[in-house]
Amino acid sequence: MQQGYLLASAGLPVVHLRFSAQPLRSFSMTQTLTQRLANPTRFMELSASVLPWVAGAAALVIGYGLYLSFFVAPPDYLQGETARIMFIHVPCAWLSMAVYAIIAMSSFGLLVFRHPLADVSAKAAVPLGAAFTFLALVTGSLWGRPTWGTYWVWDARLTSVLILFFLYLGLMALRSSIEDEALASKLTAILALVGIVMLPIIKFSVNFGNTLHQPASVIRAGGPTIDTALLVPLLVMAVGFTLMFVAMHLKAMRNEIMRRRVKALQLAEVERAQASQLAAAE
Amino acid sequence: MDLGLDLGPHASFIWAAYGVVTVVIGAMIAWLILDGREQERRLADFAARGVKRRSASRA
Repeated sequence: MQQGYLLASAGLPVVHLRFSAQPLRSFSMTQTLTQRLANPTRFMELSASVLPWVAGAAALVIGYGLYLSFFVAPPDYLQGETARIMFIHVPCAWLSMAVYAIIAMSSFGLLVFRHPLADVSAKAAVPLGAAFTFLALVTGSLWGRPTWGTYWVWDARLTSVLILFFLYLGLMALRSSIEDEALASKLTAILALVGIVMLPIIKFSVNFGNTLHQPASVIRAGGPTIDTALLVPLLVMAVGFTLMFVAMHLKAMRNEIMRRRVKALQLAEVERAQASQLAAAE
Repeated sequence: MDLGLDLGPHASFIWAAYGVVTVVIGAMIAWLILDGREQERRLADFAARGVKRRSASRA
């Protein structure tokens, strides 16, 4: 009965109850977990204890990654020392897409499940994603000048990442341009879900059309084509940057929850003042 | 910048890339910390004046 209610509330066909008990059980467990984490007060308690550990781990891993990047990794046989830009460019580029995927999932959670923290998560992640996309563009440009002989070309990969950056800016502009916060959240979520089409376009942009950008060399069907001496520092930096993003996202979500509490308190104060004025007038 | 590293003829591009990342990420971290402190200060101010949210009042 409980499972049936959960399915119905999620807008899924209840008939699945009778034929797929196992997926239902895991769906129900997921619902319970998300429902438990949906409480902002519980999130604030949990994140307060987790945040210092994640931030500390990020600092340690990035510190070790920088040591590997500058003192252990050899110069690339073709690109020489400039390949060291890869150790920051690639994690930023990966995060620019991963953060957008998180925003899209949060937007889905807001529109479909009305998860109380989903909008907080999406709103908190947008400026972070924009910053990582900006860094991917700038570091790529600084890598491109000595490697390709130009800072910029209007090819499929570079242009699609630039569009992703503008999409991030569009999400921020749309939200801030609408005064009704509930409406702003919904419209931003819809735009975020529409914009997810950019992720496969960016991923496969190096496989079609002429491009100066190298094809996928780490996440590819045949395995990485980068030598281990360069791959290890790259992966360490990618883990460090990911941990750093998690810490920043948690902190940004905490800030956003507090900002909403401040707004609620301001409203409560105004209501209280109006009520006392009415009482005095009577 | 030296640090005992010889990064070849394109060292300026490498240092510029790492510099931009350091500045932007440093700015983001500073913004998050300062914003968090500002929201905590505002909440503490409301608490000091005895203003409570409806949900907190019910609890």
